[in-house]
Amino acid sequence: MNTELTGIIVTFIITVLLAFPLGKYIAKVFSGEKTFLDFMKPVEHLIYRICGINPAQEMSWKQFLKAMLTINMLWLVYAFFMFLYQAHLPLNPDGNPNMTADLSFNTAISFVVNCDLQHYSGESGATYLTQLFVITFLQFVSAATGIACLVALFNGLKEKTTNNLGNFWSIFTKTITRILLPLCIVVAILLAFNGSPASYDGKDTIVTMQGDTVQVSRGPAAGMIAIKHLGTNGGGWFGANSAHPLENPNYFTNMLEVIGQVLIPMAMLFALGFYIKRKKFAYVIFGVMTMGILCLLIPTVISEIHGNPEIAKMGIAQATGAMEGKEVRFGPAASGYWSILTTVISTGSVNSMHDSSMPVSGLMQMLGMLVNGFYGGCGVGFLNYFIYIIIAVFISGLMVGRTPEFMGHKVEAREVKIAALVTLLSAFIVKGGAALATYYFVNHGNADWAVKPNAWLNNPGYHGFSEILYEFTSGNANNGSGFEGLGDNNIFWNVSTGFAMIFGRFLPIIGPVAIIGLMANKKYVPESAGTLKVDSLTFGMMTFAVIIIITALSYFPPLVLGPIAEYFSIH
Amino acid sequence: MSKNHSTKLFEPSLVKEALRQSFVKLNPRIMLRNPVMFTVEIGTAIMLGMCIWIFAGEKAQGSFAYNLAIFLILLITVLFANFAEAIAEARGKAQADSLRKTRQDTPAKKIFPIGEMYVDEVKIVPSAQLEKGDHFICEAGDTIPMDGEIIKGIATIDESAITGESAPVIREAGGDKSSVTGGTRVLSDKIVVKVTTSPGESFLDKMIALVEGASRQKTPNEIALTILLASFTIIFLIVCVTLKPFADYANTPITIAAFVSLYVCLIPTTIGGLLSAIGIAGMDRALRANVITKSGKAVETAGDLDVLLLDKTGTITIGNRKATNFYPANGVDEKLFIETSVLSSLADETPEGKSIVELGKLNPASFNAHNSKFIKFTAETRSSGMDMIDGTKVRKGAFDSIRNLVVKAGNPFPTETEERVKIIASNGGTPLVVSRNNIALGVVELQDIIKPGIQERFERLRKMGVKTVMVTGDNPLTAKFIAEKAGVDDFIAEAKPEDKMNYIQKEQQGGKLVAMMGDGTNDAPALAQADVGVAMNSGTAAAKEAGNMVDLDNDPTKLIEIVEIGKQLLMTRGTLTTFSIANDVAKYFAIVPALFIVSIPGLQSLNIMYLKSAESAILSAVIFNAIIIPFLIPLALKGVAYKPIGASALLRRNLLIYGLGGLIAPFIGIKLIDMLLALFM
Repeated sequence: MNTELTGIIVTFIITVLLAFPLGKYIAKVFSGEKTFLDFMKPVEHLIYRICGINPAQEMSWKQFLKAMLTINMLWLVYAFFMFLYQAHLPLNPDGNPNMTADLSFNTAISFVVNCDLQHYSGESGATYLTQLFVITFLQFVSAATGIACLVALFNGLKEKTTNNLGNFWSIFTKTITRILLPLCIVVAILLAFNGSPASYDGKDTIVTMQGDTVQVSRGPAAGMIAIKHLGTNGGGWFGANSAHPLENPNYFTNMLEVIGQVLIPMAMLFALGFYIKRKKFAYVIFGVMTMGILCLLIPTVISEIHGNPEIAKMGIAQATGAMEGKEVRFGPAASGYWSILTTVISTGSVNSMHDSSMPVSGLMQMLGMLVNGFYGGCGVGFLNYFIYIIIAVFISGLMVGRTPEFMGHKVEAREVKIAALVTLLSAFIVKGGAALATYYFVNHGNADWAVKPNAWLNNPGYHGFSEILYEFTSGNANNGSGFEGLGDNNIFWNVSTGFAMIFGRFLPIIGPVAIIGLMANKKYVPESAGTLKVDSLTFGMMTFAVIIIITALSYFPPLVLGPIAEYFSIH
Repeated sequence: MSKNHSTKLFEPSLVKEALRQSFVKLNPRIMLRNPVMFTVEIGTAIMLGMCIWIFAGEKAQGSFAYNLAIFLILLITVLFANFAEAIAEARGKAQADSLRKTRQDTPAKKIFPIGEMYVDEVKIVPSAQLEKGDHFICEAGDTIPMDGEIIKGIATIDESAITGESAPVIREAGGDKSSVTGGTRVLSDKIVVKVTTSPGESFLDKMIALVEGASRQKTPNEIALTILLASFTIIFLIVCVTLKPFADYANTPITIAAFVSLYVCLIPTTIGGLLSAIGIAGMDRALRANVITKSGKAVETAGDLDVLLLDKTGTITIGNRKATNFYPANGVDEKLFIETSVLSSLADETPEGKSIVELGKLNPASFNAHNSKFIKFTAETRSSGMDMIDGTKVRKGAFDSIRNLVVKAGNPFPTETEERVKIIASNGGTPLVVSRNNIALGVVELQDIIKPGIQERFERLRKMGVKTVMVTGDNPLTAKFIAEKAGVDDFIAEAKPEDKMNYIQKEQQGGKLVAMMGDGTNDAPALAQADVGVAMNSGTAAAKEAGNMVDLDNDPTKLIEIVEIGKQLLMTRGTLTTFSIANDVAKYFAIVPALFIVSIPGLQSLNIMYLKSAESAILSAVIFNAIIIPFLIPLALKGVAYKPIGASALLRRNLLIYGLGGLIAPFIGIKLIDMLLALFM
């Protein structure tokens, strides 16, 4: 087997080997068992005392969500004003300007919601202060928000009947002190030793071998790059994200970063098994998700390694595969692997330009974000998957002749209504957004606010459509990667994707937490021979089928007009 | 009536009525009850508008014939869905009508406490004029005009009109067998009956209203499914609406007809059209099993049952205990022993006594028992028998009472008989010791006879996940033995009425759904407490009022059928939903390439069915979408077969048949229709 493929297989195996013990550890942290990081307790208690938190206070699903939404709203306001006035604030050695109001709006939402869609370029659009105390800060807290909400779901599943989903503040704090911070320190140090900058100095000047003088941006980047991946955020210090040589210097850091982003989402699955003591349930879900990823990954890697047929038609050999938009130090296989992992996990950091991916890869990347539940983002991945589970439980419950129930709780009209609403929402945001964009492009391409048509879309036709579709898909999935080539820093894109991100974030969190809150309140129904086993392989396949059918059916037409049409046009 | 009900799904007379109803139901206000099909009706109206517009001269929307064809197919789709509901209603109604017929215009001999001439004057009035609380008289040969409770007298009654069972039953005032049903016939004697239901409020009337759909409330599962289907419908609405700007971007004009067709094909019309028919058919199936339900929800709940409380007698065992063996003591002539045993039971009218005579196989006439004195069983002596004219005293009775008798007279009690008594008791039987002139001759064994095939039925229930509990007045030892032999999972021995209640509450607290059958007034609280309470039709009015189903056959094992009907109901909905959604894949492959083939020739590769033209592809998909509904009506009415093979296996099986089948069938169907259309287009 060639080294490129071996590289990605080894990367995946290492991820699983690390995620398993991490999952066990996370389960211990939240069930209050002893761990080696118990020395953080005083720090946590100090935080509770300063903030006036009673960590033992029980919370119903409504109280839990209220706490979560309140603090997120606060961060949003804070971030918005920081971006708006960053030029006048300290730690701005390069003298970067303020963001416009619409860009501030978009960027603030983007980081609060763990999306990290960037309509600015890190080197020139943000200051060290906002990079560190807004962006990096939000990258921590947004990841912790997602994890805390998932732990609430775990709590609902753990107890037979309960009104208590746990205390948001305490789960949230522990997520940072016990999981994110320690892991980030390790990753950041490894990155710094491999060449990622970690200094407060401004731009450096170097003379290239050709004799040109080049200004090189730098800054305290290593720490942010660590949390950007561990917290499945994806927003880069530099505009080129992890394709930038200082953000992702070599193959080792590439492995480190791609492992880092998958680590916590995967570990949360194992944690689920340990925490609610239903390991088989967790393993089946892990299996289904992995299978889903393989379905996306294999065609991508094949199409990237085979190269571009249009270039082949010109008689140019592509021994190294499709290299447009890729870094030579990574190659097509590792880039393809990264592009799929970063889209299924809502990270959205890139080590190659997705705009240059083959149509098949583009299709797979979008499918990854449309499903948004194969591992998925920190915490929110399983929350999304939970919605699919509810729908699968409902349909298959009926199919075995029993009122649908999930882990001893009946799934009734209210739960189905919420799940249906969440499913509807993403279809509405993605297709509604893309429809709005295409409508404006066709009918009002020259509107005053817009970047003129030639800059709207670098590639008209099918690929341009893919760019539009990708942007909304990425925003709704809180992924944040871009099919660049879109003139996106203008009022239309900033506002529309801003709304896509904020709705795409909070409703899919509120939905599952509400469902688990409602279900946990219900009478516990013990299992019998007639009960559908949710930890069986059969049910796993059923969930997979539901995911495929829902995604395929609701997005088939736009995908046909974008990547599929493009594929047929070059083959 | 019930045993020979018509098995034909489409009785011509019912079809005619259903066809008429299909058009009546086009009324938008009625259609609104079914959101999925309502949107199809809107689509139909749009297409009608398109036809008129094109007729008036519009050129860009395709040919008039094509638009007209789409309009007609959509109209037929709606009609098919209406027909499914109408035929289910018509079948239920026909079933109910035949029940109702038995009670219409029956002359009733009403008692007027203060009549024109006398007190308690009897006058013949039509049954419709009977009110709740009225009293009426029924004599031999009369048909009972109304449901009621006997307050005076005893009578044999032919209930075959209701149950199909020809053997007459005895009903008498007081006790648990005092209830009579309208439509049944008094064969002998005279009874006075008090009317217990107001006209139009009897069980049957309620049931008829339910199957006719007038008062049919959607069940919780049905509501949840409707929500899910509505959300699918909205998703596909979004697909179709957003396709317009996408198509404009791709410079592809799409006709209104194509949009409407795509929309109608994608939304789950198959399940949407059949949903209410499935619900009605479920209640109809219950009715066909001779069970009257008070609500559709009760049938659905039956599918979820976890625990089933069954009375031992009559359910698990055949009637009463029967003599199975004679065990003479050592040195006693077996013939003498049997003779004595039979003699002791000759005048005993209890089923136990009769069974001893039966087992003895001796001709009662051969005994010279005339003028013998019959000694009745009393609680004190706990024995019965006969004092013969020649002075011989034969007795049979409980072990200790006969032993007392024997020992008191100075006779030894044979040890082997004492041994045998213990063995019989430990085997769940009842030993009856027989003595002649105060000498113990031996022991007769009485045993419960477990109904043949009952073990298999319990096994089937166990595989469904239903726990069976036997309720009996026997002592725990006997109860345990019978429970094991019959294969029930648990038992309540020495049960008092409140024990049932307590057991039900205990199980319910554990989150389980409990069903029970009962007939007595003292069962009423437990029947009301149970999630599914099935009252016997022969039971008291209180019991019937407390339960949510009435079994006309008085067959306690009926619960098993009810559970299956409930499960079938849910399964039919689930599988048809899966089928309906899986169909969409093929429809996409038919329609989407057809829409864009002109502007994006590359998409020809997606036309994997090689459909002839864009128009034929769209027509084929819409036609398939319409005709699949009548194809599935029989399945919707009969229900998907339930097999107790465990939930996961059942899911695999149904996924394979209805999921994979739903994926593949439309590819074949659409291709065939397209080939057929190609002959004309």
